[in-house]
Amino acid sequence: MRRIGDRTGVRRTLIAVAVLLAALFLLLPLAAIFAQAFAEGVDTFAANLSDPDTLAAIRLTLFITVMTIPINLVFGVFLAWLVTRFDFPGRRLLQTLIDIPFAVSPVVAGLVYLLLYGRNGWIGGWLDAHDIQLMFAWPGILLVTLFVTCPFVARELIPLMQAQGAREEEAAVTLGASGWTIFRRVTLPNIRWALLYGVILTNARAVGEFGAVSVVSGAIRGETNTLPLHVELLYQDYNTVGAFTAASLLALIALLTLAAKAALEWRATRRERLS
Amino acid sequence: MSIQLRNVTKRFGRATALEPLDLTVADGELLGLLGPSGSGKTTLLRIIAGLEQADSGSIHFGERDVTHVHVRDRRIGFVFQHYALFRHMSVLDNVAFGLTALPRRERPSRGEIQARARRLLEMVQLEAFADRYPAQLSGGQQQRVSLARALALRPDVLLLDEPFGALDAKVRQDLRRWLRHLHDELNFTSVFVTHDQEEALELSDRVVVMSNGRIEQVDTPETLYRHPANRFVFEFLGDVNRLEGDVRDGELTCGSARLAVDLPPGRHELLLRPHELHLSDAPSATAHLPVQVTAVAPVGAEVRVELAADWLAEPWLATVRHADFEHLTIQRGRRLFVEPRRWHRFAAVDQQPADQAVTA
Repeated sequence: MRRIGDRTGVRRTLIAVAVLLAALFLLLPLAAIFAQAFAEGVDTFAANLSDPDTLAAIRLTLFITVMTIPINLVFGVFLAWLVTRFDFPGRRLLQTLIDIPFAVSPVVAGLVYLLLYGRNGWIGGWLDAHDIQLMFAWPGILLVTLFVTCPFVARELIPLMQAQGAREEEAAVTLGASGWTIFRRVTLPNIRWALLYGVILTNARAVGEFGAVSVVSGAIRGETNTLPLHVELLYQDYNTVGAFTAASLLALIALLTLAAKAALEWRATRRERLS
Repeated sequence: MSIQLRNVTKRFGRATALEPLDLTVADGELLGLLGPSGSGKTTLLRIIAGLEQADSGSIHFGERDVTHVHVRDRRIGFVFQHYALFRHMSVLDNVAFGLTALPRRERPSRGEIQARARRLLEMVQLEAFADRYPAQLSGGQQQRVSLARALALRPDVLLLDEPFGALDAKVRQDLRRWLRHLHDELNFTSVFVTHDQEEALELSDRVVVMSNGRIEQVDTPETLYRHPANRFVFEFLGDVNRLEGDVRDGELTCGSARLAVDLPPGRHELLLRPHELHLSDAPSATAHLPVQVTAVAPVGAEVRVELAADWLAEPWLATVRHADFEHLTIQRGRRLFVEPRRWHRFAAVDQQPADQAVTA
């Protein structure tokens, strides 16, 4: 028996449309980035890359990412553990709250942080009196990046941990294992691939975040300028090639992320087929 | 190690899971907790294990008060219905887990742990599977690994939650016999949960029948079957045929059916077990119960015969020996007469049992 709509004509048309759209909206822009970056040759590309401001932007972006990942890793695991292994009033509400960063526009998130922690804000005033500056400095950028990326790990883990249930952990506790032993030897091995997947997504977003960061960073060249902000600054300076050089770095990171994600998914389906 | 529960209760939110109950399990006993789903048997087992906390009451293992002792310090072995093996560990590592999780000063050497785990695997006849992963084993094999894992720390008490519930009938039979054997050999105290009355009656020294968070009866399988404390126990332990009618002058009538009974006048309901029905060609002096065969199923040593009649609201089930089956040439549509060898009656109010054996 044939499936509904499975006619050669229909199938070919649909495939053609899909390929065309993918090429037009996904592949062409990606190719354009690299074409523009190398428009004036490899030497200009190298010169643009070694520009001190660009190097500073790369350093800051990597620093923020490296800080964000472990913090949100621990936070995500903790949250998923809490939501899937314990029953308490407000559990469902908490599960909904996790999604707030997905629902809110990053610019709004940045503005809220600016209002709270800025010099005239509620908390910022107190911080200012104690000579601590969060906004227009790297701690502010870290804060909003943490906010924007905090759901990724938890969102990956919650459905998996719900499906796996608590039986293996219960078995471990009846065998006398301590809480830490259970986590290290039973829970963690069971969630490690989902965890890695969450980290990859967190990484991609932390590197690429523009909206929230642009509100709180102040974009001081060489100091609080991240790579995505740097792209925009260069472009506004009419340095198109420079802007695309920086952009090509971001695109490269994105491609690496996709490759890692695909590798994990391939591994996951293979494991499923085995068991 | 004996187990004593005193006045144990448990509520989940507004629902009562266990009403106040007392239970003593003797040292070395194999006790079955039997009941329909929602009867509280699993909750009771998890409370003994310490995986759930009772709202009130006390639990003792021998002289030791374990009411407020954490699961990990209770020295119990627990076997889960769906095995709960650590899926990312080899079979050997699963069995060795309890030993490797011991605090460093109590932990045997690596070699000793390996050797003990291997001995346990030999005991469950799975030494050839030491390096496999749980997903590569059959259900019955997984459950044996889970049992070896639970016994690795030489627990005082072994608790099993529907241990054979997820297995097919044949494997179940084998494992049952094998568990009984193991229990007698190693002489620990075991409590297991089941909803299968046959399993409970075959495996246990004593059976606890539960319903709605209450203990209905605790007895040996034989006493339980012969002298059920109330109607619930009677109906739960086997198939039941019902006969309801008016009694006058020592005879119960129901439509065209008549049966001599020794009961006061009034409306009565009699309960009859399938193996207590005798089938014959003609009515007897004490019984006139005409029926027609509607279905026949040979199952093992006997034949299950379904009977219908216009005086019956729901069909009856009779089990007949193959010799009688052939002798009476039983087939669908055949008209026969039932002669009860024995019947049971539970008065509605006090639910006290009353039996009458009919000597024909």
